[in-house]
Amino acid sequence: MTTTAVPSTERSVPKPAFTDAEAGAKVFPDSDARRYNYFKPAKRKQSHYEDVTVEVQPDPRHYLSQGWLYGFADGKGGYPLEWTALRAWGSDRPVPERYAGSGGAGYEWPAHGWHEFRDPNEEWELTLYRYNSNVVRQLNQNIEAARQAKAFDQWNRNWVQFVAQHVGAWMHVDHGLGLYLFANANRRAPTNMHNNAISVNSMHRIRAAQDLALYNLTLSEEIEGFDGGAHIQTWNSDPAWQGVRETAEQLTSIWDWCEAIFAANVVFEPLVGELFRSNLVQQAAPSNGDFITPTLIGAEEYDFAERDLRYTKPMFHLLVTDKQFGAENRKLMQQWLETWVPRCVHAARTLQPLWSQPDAKPPRFEDGLDRAKSRFSAILSELELTAPKELGQ
Amino acid sequence: MSRQSVAKAHQKIQELSWDPVYHEPVSHYGTDYTFRKAKKKDPLKQVLRSYFPMQEEKDHRVYGAEDGAIRGNMFRQVQERWLEWQKLFLSIIPLPEISAARAMPLLFRTVPNPELHNGQAIQMIDEVRHSTIQQNLKRLYMNNYIDPAGFNSSLRNFQNDYCGTIGRQFAEGFITGDAITAASIYLTIVAETAFTNTLFVAMPAEAAANGDYLLPTVFHSVQSDESRHISNGYATLLMALSDESNHQLLERDLRYAWWNNHRVVDAAIGTFIEYGTKDRRKDRESYAEMWRRWIYDDYYRSYLVPLEKYGLTIPHDLIEESWNQIWNKGYVHEVAQFFATGWLANYWRIDPMTDADFEWFEYKYPGWYDKYGKWWENYNRLATPNGHHPIVAENVDYVYPHRCWTCMVPCLVREDMVMDKVDGQWRTYCHEACRWTDVEAFRPTYQGRNTPNMGQLIGAREWETLYHGWNWADVVKDMGFVRDDGRTMVAQPHLDLDPKKMWTLDHLRRMPAVQSPNVLLNQMTDDERAAFQADYNRQGPAGRPAPAQV
Repeated sequence: MTTTAVPSTERSVPKPAFTDAEAGAKVFPDSDARRYNYFKPAKRKQSHYEDVTVEVQPDPRHYLSQGWLYGFADGKGGYPLEWTALRAWGSDRPVPERYAGSGGAGYEWPAHGWHEFRDPNEEWELTLYRYNSNVVRQLNQNIEAARQAKAFDQWNRNWVQFVAQHVGAWMHVDHGLGLYLFANANRRAPTNMHNNAISVNSMHRIRAAQDLALYNLTLSEEIEGFDGGAHIQTWNSDPAWQGVRETAEQLTSIWDWCEAIFAANVVFEPLVGELFRSNLVQQAAPSNGDFITPTLIGAEEYDFAERDLRYTKPMFHLLVTDKQFGAENRKLMQQWLETWVPRCVHAARTLQPLWSQPDAKPPRFEDGLDRAKSRFSAILSELELTAPKELGQ
Repeated sequence: MSRQSVAKAHQKIQELSWDPVYHEPVSHYGTDYTFRKAKKKDPLKQVLRSYFPMQEEKDHRVYGAEDGAIRGNMFRQVQERWLEWQKLFLSIIPLPEISAARAMPLLFRTVPNPELHNGQAIQMIDEVRHSTIQQNLKRLYMNNYIDPAGFNSSLRNFQNDYCGTIGRQFAEGFITGDAITAASIYLTIVAETAFTNTLFVAMPAEAAANGDYLLPTVFHSVQSDESRHISNGYATLLMALSDESNHQLLERDLRYAWWNNHRVVDAAIGTFIEYGTKDRRKDRESYAEMWRRWIYDDYYRSYLVPLEKYGLTIPHDLIEESWNQIWNKGYVHEVAQFFATGWLANYWRIDPMTDADFEWFEYKYPGWYDKYGKWWENYNRLATPNGHHPIVAENVDYVYPHRCWTCMVPCLVREDMVMDKVDGQWRTYCHEACRWTDVEAFRPTYQGRNTPNMGQLIGAREWETLYHGWNWADVVKDMGFVRDDGRTMVAQPHLDLDPKKMWTLDHLRRMPAVQSPNVLLNQMTDDERAAFQADYNRQGPAGRPAPAQV
């Protein structure tokens, strides 16, 4: 046996050095100033959420001394406050003028009321990935368990068709609003707190759409004769869905970002979304042998009721009770209600034929609509708004 | 996880989109590009069912490493020279990230391809991830590093500091103006595809070499999302190329985006890597070497050049000129010298260069010492207050430069400085390419073609003008770069935290007032201005005054 001498070469690696650069190693001015100091927290102590969110999107009224650097063709840069007709106190303060020797100071924090909004869900990346991962994991497990238990065999034929057509059709609402209303709105609001909350809302909707689409795919594989494309035809041409579709499309066409969020989350979701999910699918599924669809629909219901509506309410409540523009804002929101409530009630009513399609019938449509209206009225009262007369239609 | 294949699942979610029949979605953003509907594929086929758990798993690794770093006392081995520059970098980068999220809707109505919209929505939430994960990293530094000053006031500082303003272009360029110029060409085709290589790959490697393994942990996690974003950009670019009328705009936008990214990113990241490190192993790559590998070879030669066959006009001249600036004209060294000249207007501490640094620079950039060595020796000599002014107000053979109106980095390669009168104001530009950007590209007509959607350069683009005539102590106070004793400055031109060696506002009171180069330029007569430019172009390198003419 021979051995070959391996030339010893020193590897080129960085040399560790003891620098003692850890907190507390020395005392000097600012040595224990370990708080982000450029904003005032909403509560006594600043939260982790605030630390990673507040002021990332700058405002020329605060510290942005040189102003926005790039503008659209009309010369407007950044996030103009006039992208919504609602106003928060201080919105009428001009951006500080800059000129030779002007200095760079802006208004004292928060400069205007938009910066007072905090997302009660405190969403940032850690929370949003945890939450949505939990949802998709649980849904996958539910579907897999149902598949293994051959639970889909228990569905009656009409219910199979109902899920293919109507539960399937709802995915289009989620997808359209998720992308073209919510994701679109994440470019429009004047603070990072608003836009991050809106972008998370967007992902809830897009995820829910995909949850339904992939569920549909599983059903196509598991149930003989399940028509995986029926949802498209239903969405395109079933008269029962055209009111919802028209309203959903109209929601995506709103120019004002606040009106878009308001119309979607305050009006459309309680009157149409919850009506369909909680007062139809959830009620009808069990008696038709289906325990699995409610878990998907329930996940989306939780997204809306416990997350998306949860940020929407303080966002608009702040504006309704704004110390400077509250009355104007309330008036405008009432106008929005007058516009959107009849549209949404009409959309809800066009869905009525769905209630008679399952073999085991859900509670009456009118009862469901009453519950949806009652829930909607409660939301309005939390926002200190009044239900418009059109709600009675 | 689901038993369905990713390809099948991705195919299924294509059924989600629909063409509106009652109302068109709102169109908030315009473009001068034209697109035909095309079924360009999203090559990464991401579905949220697998996306969310994947990101959660990446988070587990990041946050586990962060806990480990604290438990293992990482900060006992972190080089202060390195971490001080992170006060600048981590104040800038969360805004570009979140701006990229905000940019995605610019593409929804302008690029008629629902399959791509799905990818763009995922990019949107990726960017929310990046912005907040980086804010969190900065928070960790603030809590655990010896000197929290500058981290603690980060987002105020970044917004009113001239370096922050330079960096801010890397964000605002994504979200305004022509939707395709901004959100596709500037953001995805150039910034993400080319320059995230140096930002998120080369720089973290340097961090690790300086005892900081959290920056690589966070930024490699970030970079692993970028490949999807690059795919978004590539698919959009191919759609744009399929319409010949877009080629002129693509040529314009690639020139602008390339040059601006070079000016901004190379200035910042080049400085962090070359002047923020203590690791002077000679077999370590210099920034120039990294740039050649990551950007010239991997991006330019491997990504851009093959697109020529599809009709893309590539700015070969500007790419070669960028290399020329970095290799022959000392662009990064000039920028680092300027940042150190203006240390007092910043919010981090800049360590003087030592003999070990000199030796490394000379090895990597032959001739470096003759150009910059003497100035850095002066910087060292003037580092602690001892009856003299900060270096900017001392005679060290350095002429304070004029700002480039476009990229806002000063005109540091003096021979390249050009001027123009625009909108009634004389402006200086660091290079002809920056003059072209302001005077020709960002205009409502381009080469005789109407470009009504093109954006504008706006804002108070020369920082010094804001403080023209001000005392330096008042400037620093106005910006808020003062520690909690009310007088010691956040910035220091050394790393010694002994309060007796730290500069205070009192030291600045005796300095001459700030003068805005642009205000002075506009006060000149035509003859004076011509003489000024002739002199300026003869200055340098290293900011030296023009040699006396014989």
